[in-house]
Amino acid sequence: MKKWGLVIDVAKCSDCNNCYMACKDEFVDNDWPPYAAAQPARGHRWMNILSKERGQYPKVEVAYLPQPCQHCQNAPCLAADQDGAVRRREDGIIIIDPDKAKGRKDLLKSCPYGAIFWNADKNLPQKCILCAHLLDEGWEKPRCVQVCPTGALQVEQLDDQEWAELKQAQGLQAHREQLGTDPRVLYKSLNLYTKGFIAGNVAFGDSDECAEGVEVTLRGDSGQELNKALTDNYGEFVLRGLEENGDSYQLEFVLPGRTKQTKTVQLKESLNLGTIFM
Amino acid sequence: MGEIKKLTNGTTGGPVFVYVKDGRIVRLTPIEFDSSDAGSWVIRARGKDFSPPRKTTISPYSLNLRSTIYSPKRLLHPMKRVDFDPNGKRNCTRRGESGYERISWDEAADIVTSEIKRIKREYGPAAILTTPGSHHMWGNIGYRISTYQRFWDLVGYTYADHNPDSWEGWHWGAMHNWGFSHRLGIPEQYDLLSDAMQNSEMIVFWSADPEATSGVYSAFESTVRRQWLQELGVKMVHIDPFMNHTAALYGGKWFAPRPDSGNAMACAIAYVWITEDLYDKEYIATRTQGFDKWRDYILGKEDGQPKTPKWAEKETTIPARDIRALAREWASKKTMLAAGGPGGMGSACRSATGAEWARLMVCLIAMQGLGKPGINLWGTTQGGPSNTGFLFPGYAEGGIACNVDNSAAGYRWAKIMNCRPTRSNINAPMGQHIPRLRIPECILDGKYEWRGKGFCGPSIESQFHQYKYPAEGYPEIQMYYRYGGSFIGTMNETNRYVKAYRTDRLPFAVNQSIWFEGEAKFADIILPACTNFERWDISEFANCSGYIADSYTQVNHRVVTMQHKCIEPLGESKSDYDIFCLLAQRLGLYEAFSEGGLSDLDWVKRYFDCTDLPKHISWDDFFNKGYFVVPMPEDYKPTPALRWFAEDRSKDTPDWGPHPETQDQFGRGLQTTSGLIEFESSSLKKFDPQDQERAPIPRYVPSWEGHHTTELKAKYPLQLISPHPRFSFHTMGDSKQCWSDDIKDHRVLKEDGYYYWIIRINSQDATDRGIKNHDLVKAFNDRGAVILAARVTERVPPGTVHSYESCADYDPVGVPGESADRAGCINILTPGRYISKNACGQAPNSCLVEIEKIKNGGPAS
Repeated sequence: MKKWGLVIDVAKCSDCNNCYMACKDEFVDNDWPPYAAAQPARGHRWMNILSKERGQYPKVEVAYLPQPCQHCQNAPCLAADQDGAVRRREDGIIIIDPDKAKGRKDLLKSCPYGAIFWNADKNLPQKCILCAHLLDEGWEKPRCVQVCPTGALQVEQLDDQEWAELKQAQGLQAHREQLGTDPRVLYKSLNLYTKGFIAGNVAFGDSDECAEGVEVTLRGDSGQELNKALTDNYGEFVLRGLEENGDSYQLEFVLPGRTKQTKTVQLKESLNLGTIFM
Repeated sequence: MGEIKKLTNGTTGGPVFVYVKDGRIVRLTPIEFDSSDAGSWVIRARGKDFSPPRKTTISPYSLNLRSTIYSPKRLLHPMKRVDFDPNGKRNCTRRGESGYERISWDEAADIVTSEIKRIKREYGPAAILTTPGSHHMWGNIGYRISTYQRFWDLVGYTYADHNPDSWEGWHWGAMHNWGFSHRLGIPEQYDLLSDAMQNSEMIVFWSADPEATSGVYSAFESTVRRQWLQELGVKMVHIDPFMNHTAALYGGKWFAPRPDSGNAMACAIAYVWITEDLYDKEYIATRTQGFDKWRDYILGKEDGQPKTPKWAEKETTIPARDIRALAREWASKKTMLAAGGPGGMGSACRSATGAEWARLMVCLIAMQGLGKPGINLWGTTQGGPSNTGFLFPGYAEGGIACNVDNSAAGYRWAKIMNCRPTRSNINAPMGQHIPRLRIPECILDGKYEWRGKGFCGPSIESQFHQYKYPAEGYPEIQMYYRYGGSFIGTMNETNRYVKAYRTDRLPFAVNQSIWFEGEAKFADIILPACTNFERWDISEFANCSGYIADSYTQVNHRVVTMQHKCIEPLGESKSDYDIFCLLAQRLGLYEAFSEGGLSDLDWVKRYFDCTDLPKHISWDDFFNKGYFVVPMPEDYKPTPALRWFAEDRSKDTPDWGPHPETQDQFGRGLQTTSGLIEFESSSLKKFDPQDQERAPIPRYVPSWEGHHTTELKAKYPLQLISPHPRFSFHTMGDSKQCWSDDIKDHRVLKEDGYYYWIIRINSQDATDRGIKNHDLVKAFNDRGAVILAARVTERVPPGTVHSYESCADYDPVGVPGESADRAGCINILTPGRYISKNACGQAPNSCLVEIEKIKNGGPAS
C-alpha cells in the first residue's frame, strides 16, 4: 500500500509560520475522534519550526526546518509501546491513540525528535497525525501543506519503491539520519540547515575596488582541494556545506596579475572572514 | 453532533472557507478553486509559460483568526467604568485604573446618546471627536469607510484625520517630483509583473520586505511571482538595516546602511552614474527637468561636498567600493527598483529623512529610464495581469456611506450604489480637524497648527493648506468616540495618548471595540462589537481601492467573496451596523441611517446588485457558493505602467487619476506643473523655496534623531527601526491570548508566564550590555520605556536594533502613561514630531534608544 509522507525543502522555508498556525487551527479545541483529541491552545508544537542563523554581520544566512512528527518507519514511540497506545496505519501514518494512550507520559521520552507533547489536562501524549482524519475524508493534503505559500512543504503518497526513487532523484535526506528511525518526512536542501559556511569578500588594496573573479580554493589540513568558488562583482564568495566541528582549512585567493593570498581558519561555527585585500 | 457547513468570508490576509459545526467555527482554509471557476492567466517569458496555482493564499494572521474570535479578551457585554457617573463625578483622571462594571445595551446606548445630544446642544457637533484605526475587519458594508462613516456623517463630528502612515515620504516628498497625488505619491504598477519577467535583469529591494508585509492585504499571492523571477535568473539585491525575510529567502547582496542614512547611499549611486556616464541622458533630456541643478548638488558644486561613495561610506558605514559596485551593476542591468513592498511605501519613508528618500528614489529610477521595458519602480506585489474592467469596488470607494469628500466614492460608486450619499460639513476643508498624530496635544493643550488634511489626495498643493485647532468659531473637544484601540501601539511617542485620556479636559470617552485591549481600557463606556464572522458582508481579496486603485492586481485571481454570518455574535456583542442602528434610533436618525430599516444583509444584496457580479452569477448562486472568480478578458493586452510616459504617448493604463484639472491636457504627462519628472520641484519652488528640510531639489539632510545628533546619541546610542509587523496585521492578531503568541519570532514566553514582544539586537551590542538571547530587557529613552525580550542576532548591524510596531495591548507596570509597558508598545519610544515643519507625517524610524538587561528576571517599573 502507498505510504503518506512529507517532502520539505529547507531552501524554500521563510518561517512564515502558516504551517504552525494551520495546525493550531485544525486541532486546538477540535476533537477528531478516533484520530486525535484536541490540542491545548498553548505549549504544543506539532509543527515545530527550528531555525539556524549563521555567520557574522554582514554575511549572514538563516535556515528554517519545519519539523513535525517524522512518521518514522522504525518508530521509537512504537517500539516503546506494548499496549496499543501507538499504532502505524497501513498508509504509514503513526497515530497516538487518544483513548489508549492516556497516562503514557513516557512516550515523550521515546521520541528523539521531541515531536510528542504532553497534554496535562487530558493526561495524554499528542503529536502530528498528518491530518489523517482529513486524508481519510478525501483531502489531498494535510493543512500545513495546503497553506504553505512557497511550496516548501509537499505531501506524497507513494509505495516503498517510489519513495526510494524519489529520495534518490531529489537528493532527499532524513533530518538526523544517524538516529536510524527511517523517517517518512524527508528534507531537500538539508545542508542549508545542518552545514556551515566560510564566506568573505575580496578587494584590491590599491584601488579600493571589489575584486571580481578571484578564484577561492578551499583545502583541507592535508592540502587536498575540497571546494572552489569565484568572487562576484562585490568580491564576495561563500563556501557552503562544511561541518562546524573545529576542522582546520586553508583558503587560497588567486587572481592573475595579483599576489596570491592564503588564510588558515578553524571552523567551529560559520565564518565571515571579512575583507581580504589583494 | 451537527454537520459541518462550509461557508465563506474575507479577511485582511485573504478570503477563506469557514467550516462551522453546531454554531461554532472549527476551521478556516484558503479557497481552492474548482473546475467551474474562471481560468488563470498565463505569462510567457523567456520561452516559458507561467501560470499561478488555482487557489488563494492566506496570511498567518488570518490563520490566527479563530483564536482571536474566541479570545478570552473578547468584550462580550457593554461596560461602564465603575467610577464614571455622567450626572455626577466623572473621575476622568482615573481612566486606565478604575475597572469596569457590566451594564445593559439600553443603559449604554442611553448614556452615549444623551451625551451626544447634550454636547451637540451645548457646544455643537464639532465638539465630538471620533476616529477609527486605519484598518477595520474586512468587508465593504461593515467597513469604517462605510457603516461608521455613514453614521457619523449624519450625527456630525470632528474627525481625527489619518496621516498617510504607510506612504509618508512618498506623500510629502515624491509627490512633488512626479505627482501621483491620487496615489499619495506612489506610481501606478500595471502589468509590471510580465514586464519584469520578460525584460528585467535585476531587482533592487530598498526598504522592501514583501514576504513579510504582503504588499497590502494580498497574503502570499506575490510569492510565486518572486519565485518565477528567481527561476528566470533575475538578480536580487536588498537594502535594509534589517536582513529582512525577503532577503533571507531569496538571497542576494545585502546592504545595511545605518538607519536614516540610505539617502547618502542614493546620492553616491547617482554620483557614480554621473561621473562614469552610466545613465540615460536622452530620457533625462526629454522626460525630466531640473536635472542640471540636482547634478550640480550631487557633484558638490552647490555645497562644496561631492556626494562621493567615500563620503557616503562615512554616513552609511557601507564601504565605498560596495556602493560603486552596486551603482555599476544597476546601470548595466535592466533594473526594477522595489522601493517599498507595494511599489513605494517602506519603512525608510517613515523617518526624518523619509520625504527626501522617496524623492531620491524617483531621481535614481528616472536616471535609468523609468517606464522603459524592465525598468520601473515596482514592489513585486502589484501589477499582475487582471481584469480591471470588472466593476467591484474596494472598501475605500465608500460602501454604504458614499461620501464623495472623504472616500473615493466620487469617482464612480456614488452614482452607482443605490443609496442616499452622506457627507459632512465639519469633516470638510472648511470644517474642523484634528491630525491623528496630534490628538493628545489638541486635547491636552487645546490648540495646534499644522499643514495638510490627512491624506492629501486631491492635488499636490492641498498638502500645503494650513489648519488650526480649534478652527475659527468651532468648539474644543468634549467627547472622544474611539473605534478600536490601536493607537498606543501604532502612533508615536504614545505615552501622550495615554495621558490624553487621563484628564478632565476630556469629559467623555467611548470605545467601540471587539477586544479589551489598548485604548479600550481607557473609555468610560465600552460598546462590544463583533467580528466579521458574526455578521453579513461582501468584499474582494485585497481590494481596498482608493489611494491604491486596482489594488487587486496584487492577487493572482480576482476573488469576490460573500461574507457569510458564520456564527451568532458572541455574548452580547453586536455588529457595528447594529450598534449604530441602536444609537441612531435614540438620535432620530434611524430611518436616514438604515434607509428605512435595511439590515446588513439587505445592504449586501443591494451592493451585489450594483456591481458587475449579476452579469456573471445570480445572487442565489453567489450566496450559496460564497465566492466568484472574475474571468480575464479574452483579448487581454498588457499596458505596462508609465511606458506611455517614457514613450511620450497618451496614458493607456486603467489608472483613474490624476484629477483632470491638474493637467493641461488630460491623459498626457505627469501631474507636475511641467508634466515631466521634476528633479527640481516646481510645487516646492512655488511654496517655499527656502525650506532647507525639503528643498526644491532632493538632498541628503541628516536626520534630526540619528548619528549626527551626537549629544542624544551619547545618551541613547542605539538606532531603533520599527517596521510594519509580520505576524499580525498591525494590531489585528496580536496579544489576544491567541495562537500567534507562540510564534517563536513574534513573542517570547518567559518564566513569569508572560509573552513578551521581541527586540532584535546585534551580538556585539548584546555582549556590551551583558544581554543573552531571550533575556528580558528594558528599551528606553526620554519618551518612555518598554519591556521586551531580546533576540540576539546578526541580522542587524551593531548600533541598530529592530522591533516591529503595532503591539495590540498596553500593559503598564505602574501608573499608566508614566511607567514602562510590558505588552510591547515600541511606539512609546518613537518620536512624536513630524518629518519636518512642512511635511506633517510620522517618523518612527528615527529613534534613539538605550537597552539594558532587566535583573532578576522580573520587569522593573
